[in-house]
Amino acid sequence: MIESLHAEWTKLRTLPGTFWLLVALAVLTALIGAVTAAAVTCPTAGCGLDPAKVSLTGIDLGQAVAVIVAVLAVTGEYSTGMIKVTLAASPRRGTVLAAKAAIVTGLVLVTGTLAVLASMLAGRLILPGRGLTPARGYPPLDLTGPDLRAAAGSVLYLGLVALIALGLAVAIRDSAVAIGTVLGVLYLFPVVATAMDPDWRRHLEQIGPMSAGLDIQATTRATLGSQALSPWEGLGVLALWALGAMLLGGLLFRLRDA
Amino acid sequence: MIAAVHAEWTKFRTVRGWVIGLLIAAGVTMALGLGPSQSGSCNVSSCQPTLGPGGVAVTDSFYFVRRSLDGDGTITARVTGLTGRLPAFAGTQRPGNATRAGLMPWAKAGIIIKASTTEGSAYAAMMVTGANGVRMQYDYTGDIAGLPGRVSAASPRWLRLTRHGDTVTGYDSADGTRWTRVGTVRLPALPATAVQGGLFATSPQFASSMYGTSGADTAPTQDTGVLDHVGLAGHWAAGSWTGDDIGAAGGPAPGPSSGFRQAAGTFTVSGTGDIAPMVTGATGNGVTIAQTLIGTFAGLVGIVVVAAMFMTAEYRRGLIRTTLAAAPHRGRVLAAKAAVIGAVTFLTGLVSSAVVVVFGQRTLRASGVYLFPVTAFTEVRVIAGTAAVLALAAMLALALGTVLRRSAGAVTAAIVVIVLPYMFCVAAPVLPLGVQDWVLRLTPAAAFAVQATLPQYHQVTDIYAAQAGYFPLAPWAGLAVLAAWTAAALALALFLLRRRDA
Repeated sequence: MIESLHAEWTKLRTLPGTFWLLVALAVLTALIGAVTAAAVTCPTAGCGLDPAKVSLTGIDLGQAVAVIVAVLAVTGEYSTGMIKVTLAASPRRGTVLAAKAAIVTGLVLVTGTLAVLASMLAGRLILPGRGLTPARGYPPLDLTGPDLRAAAGSVLYLGLVALIALGLAVAIRDSAVAIGTVLGVLYLFPVVATAMDPDWRRHLEQIGPMSAGLDIQATTRATLGSQALSPWEGLGVLALWALGAMLLGGLLFRLRDA
Repeated sequence: MIAAVHAEWTKFRTVRGWVIGLLIAAGVTMALGLGPSQSGSCNVSSCQPTLGPGGVAVTDSFYFVRRSLDGDGTITARVTGLTGRLPAFAGTQRPGNATRAGLMPWAKAGIIIKASTTEGSAYAAMMVTGANGVRMQYDYTGDIAGLPGRVSAASPRWLRLTRHGDTVTGYDSADGTRWTRVGTVRLPALPATAVQGGLFATSPQFASSMYGTSGADTAPTQDTGVLDHVGLAGHWAAGSWTGDDIGAAGGPAPGPSSGFRQAAGTFTVSGTGDIAPMVTGATGNGVTIAQTLIGTFAGLVGIVVVAAMFMTAEYRRGLIRTTLAAAPHRGRVLAAKAAVIGAVTFLTGLVSSAVVVVFGQRTLRASGVYLFPVTAFTEVRVIAGTAAVLALAAMLALALGTVLRRSAGAVTAAIVVIVLPYMFCVAAPVLPLGVQDWVLRLTPAAAFAVQATLPQYHQVTDIYAAQAGYFPLAPWAGLAVLAAWTAAALALALFLLRRRDA
């Protein structure tokens, strides 16, 4: 297992694209968060904004980069034929997949932590100037209580999304189709939900990986009350998606020839 | 060139995955557009719209203090005050109906001559407004500016309407002696005999939202006008004034209810609602035909994947060397590929859009949703425009595939520049409205403006968000933005294809 981990780490580390994708993940996430924080206004008390959710808006885009990192870690091996070498060197496929998942998720979690911390810091600095002041019921963002849950949960969200992408990429084996499919699965539910009547919308928001998973970002009573699931339930739904995708990928990985 | 196009067409149609990908894209678009649980922003009972004289959907609810006018005549009044009540919240609806003093910019009070008390009947009115000065408005969409400034006891406004046949002329004055004509309008639907005339007050729906229609908080507002020196001349019916609540406003108004008081020649009239064209979105009702095209997003992802692979597969399999050996003119190869993928996706998009727009409307109407009617030309524009968006997006993805030569990068880049802005601003907005405005002007997602069908009215307060179908750019301007991106990407692709070894 240690050898497999080392091998996967070396493969991922020595690809020039990986580093830049991770930089893009952190920068885009923090940038979108800062822009959004700078664009909102809170004219009066109880203006319905959720400061943590606003600051972490960048996760909506950052997850797309996490998807690319995870998909390329798998499909890159298939497009170059490297997968045959990998499996010749380490025939236990379960171990290979587990090592890949550990390395990719680890990288995404570390980068995600930086991105989330930068976003929260940006929110802490920018939001009071946009009217989200303690006098209006918005103490500055910090890393305690619900704010900590939103921040840590967003990091976990990125990790789970990477696992979904990894599992589906193993099943699909082509980078273009895999990226299209994963982004489709993530973004389709919220889009379709907006067009549905309230009952269907609620169901779709409960089962959609993105809408359910992002419920973890809610910190105010207004947003907590308006969403279909509680924060941890939502992240749980996303974890089920990740588990399902990894099981599907793992099963096909064992059954098919490379 | 013919040979190159033929070669590319053969490549396209013989790769089963690409054809299946396109069919899936079209199928998902249609399935989402025709889905049985589609629903609009209005609920079952309130969905039947009132139609105005021109057949335009309108809102017509106000408090009317009226008398019958049997022929030609004039009504004059002096307005000395306009005050109002707004909901106390600003953003989050709190339990209870707490209100605060304040005026909607388009709160209205003044004098009106109207065909009847039926909602949607023809009218012309002179009014003071919350923040837009004196206005003459007629038949819901007409709006002419009069004296500017706010009305108060120290700075009153005199208003006058004169009816002559089916022509109504409005005048305003600051002192009651020097009158200025604001406008003369013909109301073809005004009956030749008895019409209703008198005083009115109304104040539109308040809405506040950060992102669009979803999550918008709305509540009714109310205004109160104080009018005196009411003068009638002409064939007015004798007797006293009758008060009527015209139309049904959205729920009970906050503050004092609608009505009027008359004391020593001074009328105090309170009302809620609006006399204006109906809009969709937060303060409005109903949806546009763009609602049926919600699946375009899913189709776009599929098309972008296929289009990018149409080029990157050549590099992955080394086929590009054979292609360029057979057709050494590289510009022609790129043009042929762009033509084939453009034509195929345009036709696929045309069929799927036509199916959802034509049949999706029936599904929506069947589930009790009010759809804003559009002309046949607009319908064709939306269908063909959506197909053009898909074709241009496919060519953009093809160009990105040529530049990056890797399908992962090309698909990601195409999705990031087209699909994500659409998603974050239109479909499920997470960016604030101010940011949306710029994203939908600059990114390729601006092209979704071809799906917009409703005009924005400056005299109707609404959250004119992309989610409700109001885009910052005109339809063809939006499409031009995408076309410019595609042209630039193709130019870069051509440059690199010529310069690099295959």
